[in-house]
Amino acid sequence: MSKLSIKAVGKLFPARGAAEPTRALTPTTLAIADNDFITILGPSGCGKSTLLRIVAGLETASEGRVLLDGQPVTGPGADRGMVFQSYTLFPWLTIIENIAFGLRERGVSERERLDIARSWAERVGLKGFENHFPKQLSGGMQQRTAIARALANDPKILLLDEPFGALDNQTRALMQEMLLGIWEREQKTVMFVTHDVEEAIFMASRVVVMSARPGRIKADIAVDLPHPRPYTIKTSAAFVALKERLVEEIRVEVVGAY
Amino acid sequence: MKPLQPVSAQARISYGISFFVLFVAAWAVATLGGFVPKLFLASPITMVEEGWKLMTVHGFAFDIAITIWRVVGGFVLAAALALPLGIMMGAYKPIEAFFEPFVSFARYLPASAFIPLLILWAGIGETQKLLVIFIGSFFQLVLMIAVAVGGVRRDLVDAAYTLGSSDRSVVTRVLLPNAAPDIAEILRMVLGWAWTYVIVAELIGSSSGIGHMITDSQALLNTGQIIFGIIIIGLIGLISDFLFKWANQHLFPWAAK
Ligand SMILES: Nc1ncnc2c1ncn2[C@@H]1O[C@H](COP(=O)(O)OP(=O)(O)OP(=O)(O)O)[C@@H](O)[C@H]1O
Ligand SMILES: [Mg+2]
Repeated sequence: MSKLSIKAVGKLFPARGAAEPTRALTPTTLAIADNDFITILGPSGCGKSTLLRIVAGLETASEGRVLLDGQPVTGPGADRGMVFQSYTLFPWLTIIENIAFGLRERGVSERERLDIARSWAERVGLKGFENHFPKQLSGGMQQRTAIARALANDPKILLLDEPFGALDNQTRALMQEMLLGIWEREQKTVMFVTHDVEEAIFMASRVVVMSARPGRIKADIAVDLPHPRPYTIKTSAAFVALKERLVEEIRVEVVGAY
Repeated sequence: MKPLQPVSAQARISYGISFFVLFVAAWAVATLGGFVPKLFLASPITMVEEGWKLMTVHGFAFDIAITIWRVVGGFVLAAALALPLGIMMGAYKPIEAFFEPFVSFARYLPASAFIPLLILWAGIGETQKLLVIFIGSFFQLVLMIAVAVGGVRRDLVDAAYTLGSSDRSVVTRVLLPNAAPDIAEILRMVLGWAWTYVIVAELIGSSSGIGHMITDSQALLNTGQIIFGIIIIGLIGLISDFLFKWANQHLFPWAAK
């Protein structure tokens, strides 16, 4: 049985004033296996964020349903961790308190949650910054904290919505390696939204390509590159071939959308 | 001068003091130089002498204390009720929809216009003074606190929900800490307004307080005392403002610009 099943989930944003209702997502079906790393690739506005927000429970589907371990998703919850494109650390909490936020919400004792939070801070490379406030950190460090904050809760699935979208290329590449490293060690089910083809291939065990708005799945491609994957893999023949294929898939969509 | 370029702390203080010095100098020239009749405006020296007499002979310290007590009393009362209501309105839209129109209307009712009515209802005792300050600050506080609480970034709330927060803890652990520095700033501002209401309340129907002293001195044409009273009000305002700013900086280091 798959970890997460998305069954014919669609979204129609209701009309507002004179504006027509917006079809953001045509009913989409997708199954994600345990410990899969799925990247969702698609042109801007195709409904990637909408799909992810429905899985997170932050948005209700207009049709269809989402099952996590066979249980229907009815609202947001700690079993689905989420990392957003915008910086969403709580500015009034230090880095360590941010990471421990979800644990405190669950009533974990102070000692235990500090231990867990410290170990996560270390795993994402933030040792020494535990008592800083978010505004004292760079964008990359803030997103690492956000990832640690989501993972400290030990969610069944980790949802990431273009978490590295605002970062420069070097930082971005380092963040991809870090996240992939964590996934290889910890074994997690991950759903990662991006519109960067290279990023999508590098981390994924499966790349799902979406069409232009209204979004639907137009390709579902397994990535059989071996693990652990060093960053040098991005220049290997297999990687480049896959990249060419995906770039073409996306190009058709973007051109078609104009 | 470059736009927005900051000045050093030292330069800031000396600039600030220079203006006070210039101001008093201009005042001294106008009065001691004989450009303004003594009857209308006392000189700085007369003002200090009159002030000394007020403090030592007329027991003005008691008036100052009573005025401070009234402001603080009325303001604390208003804040104690405005905080829960404002927070509820900011967090829960139906509650806001219920109260907001009335509170918006009530905030434009001038507190000073209520004084005659309040004298009828509550006499000229302390209750009346407290009520003037209460009416003057309560409605303003409620509306501004509601806006501060409701102005939270949506994605922070979303993040809290995906971390397992309940509706209740979104209010207590996201909305409240997020709005806290703004609320502190609102309290500081409205406390300043409360000072103007108390003086007006004391100008009409009162037998003690700084405002009462000012009306008395007017009858005696003692402009030195009037100016001394006004300066005392300004000083207390400055000090309370300073304390508030200092406390805010230390309570909310993460919010400092
Ligand atoms: N709350 C909303 N109300 C109305 N329309 C919306 C709303 N949210 C999103 N949409 C529309 O739904 C479509 C899909 O939006 P979505 O944010 O899911 O796209 P996306 O694939 O994440 O794009 P991007 O790559 O730019 O983030 C867009 O056309 C958008 O305008
Ligand atoms: Mg998006």
